[in-house]
Amino acid sequence: MAAKTLTIDGHLVSARPGAMLLETIREAGITIPTLCHLDGLSDVGACRLCLVEIEGQRRLQPACMTTVSEGMVVHTNTPRLRSYRRQIVELLFAERNHVCAVCVASGNCELQRLAALVGMDHVRYEYMSVAYPVDISHPRFGIDHNRCVLCTRCVRACDEIEGVHTWDVSGRGIDSRVITDMNQPWGTSTTCTSCGKCQLACPTGAIFPRGVTVGERPHASERIALIVEARKQRW
Amino acid sequence: MELHELEAIAEREQSQRARLRILCCAAAGCQASGSLEIKRRLETVLTAAGKLAEVDIMPVGCMGLCGHGPLVRIEPSGELFERVTPADAEELVAALEGGPCNVPRCDRNHPFFTRQLPIVLRHCGQINPERIEDYIAVGGYRTLYHVIHEMTPAEVINAITRSGLRGRGGAGYPTGLKWATVAKSPGERKFVVCNADEGDPGAFMDRSVLESDPHLVLEGMAIAAYAVGAEQGFIYVRGEYPLAIERLQKAIVQARRLGLLGAQIFESGFNFRIDIRVGAGAFVCGEETALIASIEGRRGQPRPRPPYPAESGLWGMPTLINNVETFANVTAIIENGPEWYASIGTAKSKGTKVFALTGKIRNTGLIEVPMGISLREIVEEIGGGTPDGIPVKAVQTGGPSGGCIPASLFDTPVDYESLAAVGSIMGSGGMVVMDEHTNMVDVARFYIEFCKDESCGKCIPCRVGTVQLFNLLTRLRNGQGSGNDLIEIEALCELMRETSLCGLGQSAPNPVMSTLHYFRHEYERLIGAEVEHGS
Repeated sequence: MAAKTLTIDGHLVSARPGAMLLETIREAGITIPTLCHLDGLSDVGACRLCLVEIEGQRRLQPACMTTVSEGMVVHTNTPRLRSYRRQIVELLFAERNHVCAVCVASGNCELQRLAALVGMDHVRYEYMSVAYPVDISHPRFGIDHNRCVLCTRCVRACDEIEGVHTWDVSGRGIDSRVITDMNQPWGTSTTCTSCGKCQLACPTGAIFPRGVTVGERPHASERIALIVEARKQRW
Repeated sequence: MELHELEAIAEREQSQRARLRILCCAAAGCQASGSLEIKRRLETVLTAAGKLAEVDIMPVGCMGLCGHGPLVRIEPSGELFERVTPADAEELVAALEGGPCNVPRCDRNHPFFTRQLPIVLRHCGQINPERIEDYIAVGGYRTLYHVIHEMTPAEVINAITRSGLRGRGGAGYPTGLKWATVAKSPGERKFVVCNADEGDPGAFMDRSVLESDPHLVLEGMAIAAYAVGAEQGFIYVRGEYPLAIERLQKAIVQARRLGLLGAQIFESGFNFRIDIRVGAGAFVCGEETALIASIEGRRGQPRPRPPYPAESGLWGMPTLINNVETFANVTAIIENGPEWYASIGTAKSKGTKVFALTGKIRNTGLIEVPMGISLREIVEEIGGGTPDGIPVKAVQTGGPSGGCIPASLFDTPVDYESLAAVGSIMGSGGMVVMDEHTNMVDVARFYIEFCKDESCGKCIPCRVGTVQLFNLLTRLRNGQGSGNDLIEIEALCELMRETSLCGLGQSAPNPVMSTLHYFRHEYERLIGAEVEHGS
């Protein structure tokens, strides 16, 4: 199959057939915000940050789950998209406790970088101010639900890479929460292998290693993609 | 099963039918108001009079005028009695043979009955939904025989396409086109799914059809399966419909026993089995991709489309998903021909639509009307206006995905395009009538609260947006809102409509946007209240 040629933000770009729009956009050197996407994991199209305008299509499409096609004309950074992205990040900040000034993950957080990227300087929505529990029953890791953005990267890393599926989501809507096993304390989980991939995948530090100071905490979600790549080459 | 055996069953049924019959509504609405007790009482009275052998007492499905239930009809006179109590049993038995009877009668010449055109509901209230023989006696399963033995799958699809039938779940996608796509999509197996996860507040069309005539839906599904090349079907029905589930289960067992479902249907090479999957109470599972996830045993969450289920649905196989009412239209189209069906309705919306008429309306119940009828005819003539004579303010169509249409637009014809043009949708058929005393901000807040509780939580605009919108509307209603809040409400509505992942989030702002459009003064009055209070 021949490579596809498409127009992204006015530039002609080539893409390998079957490629996703997101990787093509990034290959072209264009910055586009994402949150639920992590290289190496399957995509779910949940955070809606990578929505793009495609000419001839009525609805905005998530770049992470849209396959490129010949002659596609894509706009990734229109005023409308910028406004939506900002609103979405604001909604996230209002949802749980994401006050950077008092957060130990400050400076080490994808959500924080995202806010800077979309130019969010204040939150217009009412903070919901719900206190969620912190689970530190696991000897090596902990989870602070107050910092969770429900991107489900931990769920997918655990299921797809480690093959364990300790993590899942319970509840629905605003009451959704990531859980371990059948909503038991993480430390009592009989399936968790303590591999730590969930912690690698976590964008905000909601899942954190214990006994490491914040400054030393490596935030290395790109290692998920490295693991996937390494396995491909070995097998 | 051969055709002559089917006809033998029908003949036997007709010959065994008593001349005098009492039909008691046994759908959920009338059952809730005590129709089963009436039936038992009738049996006692008839036994005491020694007439039990001469009179058939039949439990039947919905007779339409649910708000006046329990309903009882007597044959052959066809008189329909409303608000029957067990104490009326003696008089009803007397009425069978023309005796005096003071039980209130429904006026069969009322527009509620005369303006309807029953196609989907044609057997409702006529047959016992728990007996397949009753369905066969009114011509049931003949169409399936005809389709299997005398039509090719392409001919079936062609007939559905030419009929102009569109999806009755609300979005109105052309049914024939969907069937053709599934038929043409490559896949080692294909599936047919009936979406019976009806969840809109005030909607009970699908429940009534399933409780009143389950075999009509099964036969429609079997025809669809033959057309698209599927051997397995699922009915995804919500757990809140226990009676519908029970009757579907009975119907499937009966059909399988007679060889009308299962292997080698009508001694042909066509196999089709149907299983029931019961929903666990999530509104979002009516969204087709969430429904698929739920059947597969996963968390009921939508995924972005494309790919559409017609190409990649259950376990990645081409899957045909249609609503209960869509399947219920199929046999009539094949039986009477697509041209007949296309002659009913408007240029782009063919056939009839079933509506559940509720709210501030005299004749609460289930109606089936030709497309193109005006809202005014439905509300004022069929529905009989409001019970207390207070003027009607608006009608809400399409549930939480729809909008409120003000009384000034009641000449709007009921078809997919016209309803969309006035800011609502056809939806699955819920129609909630509101009178002048209704506070439209409260209405909008009610629907947003519903969506907030039913959001699956996967995408951010819907998960958090519904909560913020609900909070803003609450603040406004309590007189604490500001003009800026109105701007924020509008911006949030746009965000949700444009960026939410599935139909739930995309359409959740509709009740807010339509009330803001038509009843903006009610919102603005609330802002004024705060100013007055402050000064």
